Amino acid sequence: MIKQLLVVLALAGLAWLLWPFLAEFRVSESNNALATEYIHGSINELNMPNVVTAVVVTYRGLDTLGEVTVLFLATAGVGFLLKRRELKGGKRRAGTEILRTGASFLAPLIVMFGVYIFTHGHLSPGGGFQGGVVIASAMLLLCLAYVDFDFSHRLLTWLESLSGLAYAGLGLLGLVLLGASSFLDPRFMPAGNWLRLFSAGAVPLIYSCVGLKVGAELSTVLDSLRGPGGAA
Amino acid sequence: MSETILLVLLALICLLSALYSIFTRKVLHAVIASGVISLTASIIYLLVAAPDVAMTEATIGAGLTTVVFLYTLKQVKEDGDD
Repeated sequence: MIKQLLVVLALAGLAWLLWPFLAEFRVSESNNALATEYIHGSINELNMPNVVTAVVVTYRGLDTLGEVTVLFLATAGVGFLLKRRELKGGKRRAGTEILRTGASFLAPLIVMFGVYIFTHGHLSPGGGFQGGVVIASAMLLLCLAYVDFDFSHRLLTWLESLSGLAYAGLGLLGLVLLGASSFLDPRFMPAGNWLRLFSAGAVPLIYSCVGLKVGAELSTVLDSLRGPGGAA
Repeated sequence: MSETILLVLLALICLLSALYSIFTRKVLHAVIASGVISLTASIIYLLVAAPDVAMTEATIGAGLTTVVFLYTLKQVKEDGDD
């Protein structure tokens, strides 16, 4: 009884704390100064139709680098804690013919779609993180369909390390070529033509690095979690 | 108008599956309900013109997190059986 009363009191306290935010909320009719600056800069200076990508990769690029680092640490933690056990065949039923054929037909298409998402991050919705997860989902499909599907760990490790290094290197290149306070500035490469794949400076390259890195990391996580005897 | 109805409907499904995932006794049902939360949330994001967030929510929330939960659940169960 006392416990329930305390729960209700805590909820009431939270509601009292959060009420001013709800009461003062208005849907703004116009963009504020920062948003106007971002939209103007994205379209006129960076040559990027997708303003979200402009903010994520360029204006808040350091945050993205931090996110990539967090993901790397999480993957390292999972790999460290879950020791890879030997995949014992026979414990789990093999996938049916239909599942196996469908998975081998769809997996390359899904990987290609993931690559499309991260190479076109500056033009259409999506970007490195989304594309990477889509690639990892293709790997998951193959894991589910084939009992003894095995990843090339050497390839995954090298892909992850090299794309991470390339991402940081592209950031440093901006610092070297454009001078101080321009870390992760993509404008050291030509802005190109509006709506072309190779436009918006180094953003396609940066997002490709992020996409490959995220895809490799999440595939590693899935593989570590798979455990003995294949998938769930 | 019809968009508002759709939004309200999706929000209701989202809330109901959230409540279900809290109160259900079976962990597997809770995991699947949390996947439904992410799925409806991603459609809501798409309707309010945030396709980037919708993509992230659909792939990570509805896809990857659910799978990671399922794998973990399986591992925990197996260790319990030993």
